Amino acid sequence: MPDTTDTPAPEEPHAGSGHATGGARGEPVSLDAPQFAVAARHPRRAEGAAAVSFFLSFLSFAAFGAAYWQAAPNDVLGISLGVGFAAFGVALVTWGKYLMPRGPFEEPRPQMATTPQERAEFVGDFASRGKVAIERRGALAKLMGAAGAVLGIVALFPLVRSLGPKPNGSMYHTKWRKGSRLTSIDGRAVALDDIEVGGIITVFPENDVGGALSQTVLIRVQQTGDVVTGPGKETWGPHGYLAFSKVCTHAGCPVGLYQELTHQLLCPCHQSLFDVDTGATPVFGPAPRPLPQLPLYVDSKGYLRAQAGFDEPIGPGFWYRGGSNGSPQ
Amino acid sequence: MIDKLFGWVDDRLALSRSGRHLINKIFPDHWSFMIGEIALYSFIVLLLTGVFLTLYFVPSGSDVVYHGVYAPLRGQRISEAYNSTVNLSFQVRGGLLMRQMHHWAANIFVGSIVVHMLRVFFTGAFRRPREANWMIGTTLLILAIFNGFLGYSLPDDLISGTGIRIAFSITESIPFVGTYLGFFLFGGQYPGTAIIPRFFILHVLVLPLVILGLLAGHLGMLVKHKHAQFPGRGARNDNVVGSPLWPTYAAKAGGFFFLTTGVTALLGAAVQINPIWQYGQYYPYKVSYAVQPDWYMGFLDGALRVMPAWELHLPGHMIPNVFFPAILLPGITFTLLMLYPFIEAKLTGDVAEHHLLDRPRDRPVRTAFGVATFAFYFVLFGASATDVLANYLSLTLNFVLWAFRIMAIVVPFIVFAVTYKLCKELQQTPSAGKRQQFNLILRSADGGYTTVPAEQYPGYDQPELAPVDVEKVELTADAAQQDGDEGVYEIPRRYR
Ligand code: FES
Repeated sequence: MPDTTDTPAPEEPHAGSGHATGGARGEPVSLDAPQFAVAARHPRRAEGAAAVSFFLSFLSFAAFGAAYWQAAPNDVLGISLGVGFAAFGVALVTWGKYLMPRGPFEEPRPQMATTPQERAEFVGDFASRGKVAIERRGALAKLMGAAGAVLGIVALFPLVRSLGPKPNGSMYHTKWRKGSRLTSIDGRAVALDDIEVGGIITVFPENDVGGALSQTVLIRVQQTGDVVTGPGKETWGPHGYLAFSKVCTHAGCPVGLYQELTHQLLCPCHQSLFDVDTGATPVFGPAPRPLPQLPLYVDSKGYLRAQAGFDEPIGPGFWYRGGSNGSPQ
Repeated sequence: MIDKLFGWVDDRLALSRSGRHLINKIFPDHWSFMIGEIALYSFIVLLLTGVFLTLYFVPSGSDVVYHGVYAPLRGQRISEAYNSTVNLSFQVRGGLLMRQMHHWAANIFVGSIVVHMLRVFFTGAFRRPREANWMIGTTLLILAIFNGFLGYSLPDDLISGTGIRIAFSITESIPFVGTYLGFFLFGGQYPGTAIIPRFFILHVLVLPLVILGLLAGHLGMLVKHKHAQFPGRGARNDNVVGSPLWPTYAAKAGGFFFLTTGVTALLGAAVQINPIWQYGQYYPYKVSYAVQPDWYMGFLDGALRVMPAWELHLPGHMIPNVFFPAILLPGITFTLLMLYPFIEAKLTGDVAEHHLLDRPRDRPVRTAFGVATFAFYFVLFGASATDVLANYLSLTLNFVLWAFRIMAIVVPFIVFAVTYKLCKELQQTPSAGKRQQFNLILRSADGGYTTVPAEQYPGYDQPELAPVDVEKVELTADAAQQDGDEGVYEIPRRYR
């Protein structure tokens, strides 16, 4: 915020700061002027330091060559190269700072703003020629504009358009279907007795093992009985099993850390906590919505299957996600 | 020989005409002007090491089985990108050094841009006529951050993959266009198949070209405007005081380039960075611990963490939670940053050309505002480590999160007040930070003491000089005639 009340900073010339020994501005200066004396008080010492530094860099570069030839490890390569460059730099800076004219020197700086006359001349040239060449050819200018506009539209469509498919419904559905088998990452179907109480595994539908969007956590919270996380979900959690989308509703990280004691799922990215027993509702952190729950059943052979897909879009929100329950339009 | 060659070129390109002004360009001698140079030099290091990396990196997401020298990974199915990054780290001579130098140089690049920008902000160097250059600089910062993100996303390791997932979610959160944008960028629904080759070409070709172009504009404008400078030593609004490009500045700046490169190489040698072989290949369902982006994305990560769990529900639409911290906040920040020169000019009514820099204390409101804004981002940066801090300090995550939420709001105000007061105090102390005025204490014959301000330190043989115009230098008769050989000047002893 700017300073309406402050006194302006000193912008007045501080010319000569005390005792000028040089010539007045713009006057010829002789090479004998003190400004051309070297900056160092002890030029010999500075020269010595620069020489040592150059020599060090010479040695280091040579060492780098040898090290590279011999396929030396990373640190030997890097240190020889780094010391070489750094010493070379130190030598050059020493040379420039201490063994060159100490100055100060100046050059004039023209104001950036042009004079009204300069501007008038430029605008005059531009407009007078422009009038003759362009204004009398109004139809040409319009045609040129039309051709350019077509190019612009073409650039958006089909060029940009062909970069990827339209979202269509893909934001609303995963590969989970009615009857999908819960399959672990190694491709095995998960059976009723595969997980102990307090256990958790990641499951996928059998046709999308490893899928980024259909990844789901399967947790066994109790040994027997249906787990009910909310109204309408009475049958979703058979035999103590619960399944939730593993994609965090905050920014999409996999929610994979299960705290057995508190029955909570933790997202490692921004530490959102989800309470499993109440349907993975967020209890801490930035996640705004529960993890969608996958309704389960146990088939006649004892394998776990999905009653249906998720009933809402999984993962983070997006503009076209309608309403708070996110039912597909 | 050299003379002949130069003459030949000069006859055809008139080098002497423009070259004279170029080699006489004056660079002010102040340490704070070197920060921007660090950015430039680390960019050159990035280009050079980057070319090396492209020779070995394979930008592809397709599967291969790892057969390299790193035992823990052997036999695993990994992507070509990850495979080639591990191989270039372990099996290419100097590969790990180049990779680590590249990553360090990227961190230094963004860091020096930020510090350079702070220098420009607090000294008021963005004022007319440099507003456009300030905007180019801001754009360069944004591009540098983007390109850094793209770059560390390429190896397809577990940590960067998680970052890409978050980036997709953030893109999706943009109202109206977000979903389409995400699909077009990723070539479809997450994770898509196109992301690594696309990020690659953006990272190694498109963005570097844009950065290079803007850099040329940035430096071109700098030559046109000439450097701004601090008052003192004869510096005025209508001149530049310092050292000429040839030879002083060429030596100093050239040396500084090698120093920057040297430090980068030493860091690449001695300080491990991004050891992707330890993280493992990215799989969307794999949970990674201690997920932290590179430092310049830290404020975003922090903002994502401290944002309360709100979403905006509209009929048929929603504005997701991540939109506010990850799109809106940086959007507002960078827009304000871009427009700051105009906002300040509007509020102060000061539209004059300024080539003399402010001391921060002389502009207490601007300084306090700048420091407060920076403090806000610093708090967000700190917030990206809530989990680490909670662990380390044995506090609950809840406590740490709320502490950061409160600090993000309160700290900027406190910092503003403190900085403002400090500036005012410093203004009252005119000698603070200035070179001491020397006093001579004289004892008179009758034993009394008097203090006389001295012009210079007694015995100091290098008085402050007034600046001289380099283009007005005359060769003295004695210098010109040294050995009779016409056109060859013996340089006087003094500067040998
Ligand atoms: S992605 Fe899970 S908390 Fe942010």
